[in-house]
Amino acid sequence: MSRRYDSRTTIFSPEGRLYQVEYAMEAIGNAGSALGILAADGVVLVGEKKVTSKLLQTSRSAEKMYKIDSHLACAVAGIMSDANILINTARLHAQRYALSYQEPIPVEQLVQSLCDTKQGYTQFGGLRPFGVSFLFGGWDKHHGFQLYMSDPSGNYGGWKAAAVGANSQAAQSMLKQDYKDGLTREEAVALALKVLSKTMDSTSLTAEKLELAEVFLQPGTGEVQYQVCSPEALGKLLAKSGLTQPAPEA
Amino acid sequence: MECVLGVVGRDFAVVAADTSAVQSILVHKTDEDKVMVLDSHKLMGASGEPGDRVQFTEFIQKNLHLYQFRNTMPLSTAAAANFTRGELATALRKNPYMVNIILGGYDKDVGASLYYIDYIATLHKIDKGAFGYGSYFCLSLMDKLYHPDMSLEEAIDLVDKCIKEIRLRLVVAPQNFVIKVVDKDGAREYARRELVGDNAAPAEAAAPTTIPA
Repeated sequence: MSRRYDSRTTIFSPEGRLYQVEYAMEAIGNAGSALGILAADGVVLVGEKKVTSKLLQTSRSAEKMYKIDSHLACAVAGIMSDANILINTARLHAQRYALSYQEPIPVEQLVQSLCDTKQGYTQFGGLRPFGVSFLFGGWDKHHGFQLYMSDPSGNYGGWKAAAVGANSQAAQSMLKQDYKDGLTREEAVALALKVLSKTMDSTSLTAEKLELAEVFLQPGTGEVQYQVCSPEALGKLLAKSGLTQPAPEA
Repeated sequence: MECVLGVVGRDFAVVAADTSAVQSILVHKTDEDKVMVLDSHKLMGASGEPGDRVQFTEFIQKNLHLYQFRNTMPLSTAAAANFTRGELATALRKNPYMVNIILGGYDKDVGASLYYIDYIATLHKIDKGAFGYGSYFCLSLMDKLYHPDMSLEEAIDLVDKCIKEIRLRLVVAPQNFVIKVVDKDGAREYARRELVGDNAAPAEAAAPTTIPA
């Protein structure tokens, strides 16, 4: 019976559900996780890289982190091919805004525009929704540092700390327990690594399995900067927080 | 013979314009407001082809309103100026608008600012400027009398001197003017300087605005 409502993205089931959208969210539940933490002096994004094969040569260092504009970046969980389309749309929109107004796009506006696109695929016939959740970290002059999370339905919200992808529920509840207002960026990185070390399936954290990116204001100039942590620096960070050893529960 | 001018002071901007609507040698009315209040803190003084002027300034105004409804915050003055320039630049190679604009605004973070935008989509950030035949008289006066930390009274006095000079020296000078101000408290009409019409000042009483005998 319910199969009748499965195959159509745009049709509600009698219980008022959109199955395709729910399935899309399910798809993200299997993807490598990502989490973001809002600090007083920046935004921290951490992602888990799923190493599919030892033989696979990763073309670039950044697989889950994407710079959208100089003041705005995102972490991805879900189907990467879908994500690439949306990231392209986001970059295009950011540059269009800059062209129109000669000003960087406010973070929420970019998130909203992307979510409008996502929403469209849950309503207009014959298409499947994007199987992607995003974490957006950015800075604008209106609201300072911001962190947003979006899902395939096109919903989004501003968060102090958020997680998407595999085990995101567990990560979210750990973040809820350990997050403190006014965290520094350094503390946020430590917290993010700690949470990820406990929620990741693999037994030990290594720099190869992780990506760390930060958005912050440059001390001298006050300009917004997006920085991806190098594997070497990430390795040192992991060693410092004592997370390179097998996790205690394992 | 149109005149639109603007001045930035310490924490405000003044935009003034004549209020004549003319067609050929005929004056149709003398209370045409050519300084549009775009939103709570922006003023757009425009000169040019009357139809284009009204159409274009309304188009910009409505776009700013739409932006504000969509995003719950207004566009900054700089962004509005660049948007306006962009629209003129796009139109320029299709069906150009014949409008010249002095855009004044106040933002919490940057204070008061003034922009010069002409019909060929030039954009300049300025602290004093003018368009139309009046500009030939105003600009030199402004060069002589303007200084960056003017008080509102000083700026209005400068605008009055410009109006006086226009009336004195310009052939077929416009009779009436409107002066608008934008500062931290918002954009508003400050005064009218009128020689004809219902609200015209008596010739003797309005000493600074009347033509000397």
